Amino acid sequence: MTDIPVPAPAPQPAAAPVAPGQPAPPAMQLTGLVKRFGDKLAVDQLSLTVPVGSFYGLVGPNGAGKTTTLSMATGLLRPDAGQSLIHGVDMWQEPLKAKALVGNLSDGVKLFDRLTGEQLVTYNGLLFGLDRDEVAQRVSDLLALLDLEQAAGTLVVDYSAGMTKKIALACALVHAPRLLVLDEPFESVDPVSAANIRDILTGYVQNGGTVIVSSHVMDLVQRMCDHVAVVANGRVLVAGTVDEVRGASTLEDRFVELVGGRTHAEGPEWLRRS
Amino acid sequence: MVATLVKLRFLVLRNSLKRSVWQLVAVIIGGLYGLGVLGFAVIGLVALRFAPVELASTILVLAGSALILGWIVLPLVTFGIEQTLDPARLVVFPLPMGKLLVGLTVAGVLGVPGIVTSIAALATVATWSLDVLTAIGAFVGAVLGVLICVIGSRTMAALSTSLQSRRRFRELSGILIFIPLILLGPLIAGLAQGIRNSSDALPGLARSLSWSPLGAPWSIPADLAIGDYGPAALKLLIALATLAVLVLVWRRSLALALVTPKASGGHRVARGKTGLFGVLPATPAGAIAARCLTYWRRDPRYARQLIIVPLVPVLLWFYSNNLHSFALFNATGPIVAFLLALAIYTDISYDGTAFATHIADGVRGRDDRIGRVAALAVIAVPLVLLLTIASVWLSGSWNLLPMLLGLSAAALLAGFGVSSVSSARVVVPVPAAGDNPFRSAPGAGFTTMLSGFAIWGVSLLLVIPAVVVGVLSLVFDSALLGWLTLVVGLGLGAVFLVLGVRMGGAELDRRAPDLLVRLKSQRGAA
Repeated sequence: MTDIPVPAPAPQPAAAPVAPGQPAPPAMQLTGLVKRFGDKLAVDQLSLTVPVGSFYGLVGPNGAGKTTTLSMATGLLRPDAGQSLIHGVDMWQEPLKAKALVGNLSDGVKLFDRLTGEQLVTYNGLLFGLDRDEVAQRVSDLLALLDLEQAAGTLVVDYSAGMTKKIALACALVHAPRLLVLDEPFESVDPVSAANIRDILTGYVQNGGTVIVSSHVMDLVQRMCDHVAVVANGRVLVAGTVDEVRGASTLEDRFVELVGGRTHAEGPEWLRRS
Repeated sequence: MVATLVKLRFLVLRNSLKRSVWQLVAVIIGGLYGLGVLGFAVIGLVALRFAPVELASTILVLAGSALILGWIVLPLVTFGIEQTLDPARLVVFPLPMGKLLVGLTVAGVLGVPGIVTSIAALATVATWSLDVLTAIGAFVGAVLGVLICVIGSRTMAALSTSLQSRRRFRELSGILIFIPLILLGPLIAGLAQGIRNSSDALPGLARSLSWSPLGAPWSIPADLAIGDYGPAALKLLIALATLAVLVLVWRRSLALALVTPKASGGHRVARGKTGLFGVLPATPAGAIAARCLTYWRRDPRYARQLIIVPLVPVLLWFYSNNLHSFALFNATGPIVAFLLALAIYTDISYDGTAFATHIADGVRGRDDRIGRVAALAVIAVPLVLLLTIASVWLSGSWNLLPMLLGLSAAALLAGFGVSSVSSARVVVPVPAAGDNPFRSAPGAGFTTMLSGFAIWGVSLLLVIPAVVVGVLSLVFDSALLGWLTLVVGLGLGAVFLVLGVRMGGAELDRRAPDLLVRLKSQRGAA
């Protein structure tokens, strides 16, 4: 990464107001979250504690309830039951206060893509109530950091999938949140950009911020995260530090062992002809 | 292959009806209406068999021309182009172009309008059952006529799609080119008005139309009936040539549309130019206003609603001329105000799931409402002022200005208030951003219409006080009451606006995440 000039330092999370004498609450605490879609129980009494300063990976098979959980945690989807505390602030009781602490990159929702990339990040900054000069400075830093300067003036609708992820990440970072919640941030991002994003996130954690990422890529989670939770069928199967969870094997093997469903068939005969 | 496409079309129709009871009701009502019209048409056509040939041919050519024009123009203006079988979605299958065209045509003919049109057209065979040759001519003409109807409308759909895929046409200008097309209605009505005054002109009009692509297929049997074999052959050629040209244009624009990716880049500005975001106040509400205004310019779904701005004055001018009274024309300002204010009644549906940004960023409902209304006000207030003053100037009735301004203010401000509440509650299916704005969204239609009418009703109610004072000022010819209308319009309007923003804002604060769930399911339906 040394050959890529990084003009701006990694964004720093705002300082944590720690009450003296009291243990600081975890960055995110989910308690008994439940969400039902029709007959399907998407999230089933899910509880999870994300310590401050951790780089937390959330892994699970397709349809495990990762996106649903993160949506409920960040105020996008109303839980049927349960609680989401962000640094001790209840997301569903004091949403404005809680949301100011969170930077959110959600999967499966659109962006206001008729804006240019620069406009979009500016828009998000202004929505969080930052003043104009502050926003302009941060937008320029973020575009440089994510290597989007060339595309700053292009409409987001004309971006590639990977660029769109990066601009969404910039939108999540612009208000210097204390907790970053990223749903599938590496999907369709090229390896160089992914490595850049990883560096940014690592720097962010080293400066006292907390990051939660959901991902399918076990290898990435194992290398990048210090904590991991395996989710399947709307429940947490196991959670802890990466080393605790994987034990002696790799995270991927442990995951398959936990979740199951691995088949060794070679597929139907007609598919093997070519 | 063709059968598969047709089957697919009915399967899609059936499944979409299963999803929504209201749509089923709409289709049943539409079907009954179609049956009624069809019954009368068939009876009339059979009765024409016993009318003089001259009369029968005049009626058939005029009606047939109107039918073809209706098939081609109507979808653009009203419900949008029906694309149950969207060619763009069939592109992944290895279908030869020829088979695709045949399949789409057959599926088009077998839709409800297609069936009604076909039966009516074939009934002309009864009209012309004077001798065998004429009857055969009628049959050939009917088949050609129906094909021109169906293929003409498909061609128009493909053309509008391929125009849309060019960036330049995807923005405001793309809408503007359709304005003359929409004004075609009043123009034809005007023409008809002139003709009604001298009904002798009708046969003449029919005669000239019979040489045009619109009337040619219908006049083949008419010429045969009176023994004009030469003109009949020529008209057959005209109809065939029309069909050939339509198929050719359809084929080419479809081929183009299928290989042209939708997002053709192009719009770029220099870095550091944030447009309106640098101009409007740097607050959440200001940012939302800037974003909305940017969308009004870049998103044709918004720009489409501005069509009414030139349309209303032209229509009213036209009717005023007919009635020799400027009363209607003077109402331009208030009517445009009323319609424009409700342009954002379902604004959040247009955001789609991008609305999640507002939820995740913790935008207060009030700021959201104020931003959206402010953006619309920047566009609507100058336009309404301009139109109100211009209409008074043109009609020379300056004494009415305070009253008319009062009505405009009442309609605009109350409409803003109603839109602020309704767009926090109503989610309707709309075309996705970047789609053809003239395309009807799947599942739209009847439910959209219902909610639209409900919102019109509510804002009409809110305008009543100002209208009452305004009418009184006209009845008593009182300048004082005219000024009072202005006061009532501004005062009450302001109250409704503030109330609307508060109620809509509170609604959003409470239920924004639930709104997002509905927006997501809407997208799933598309």
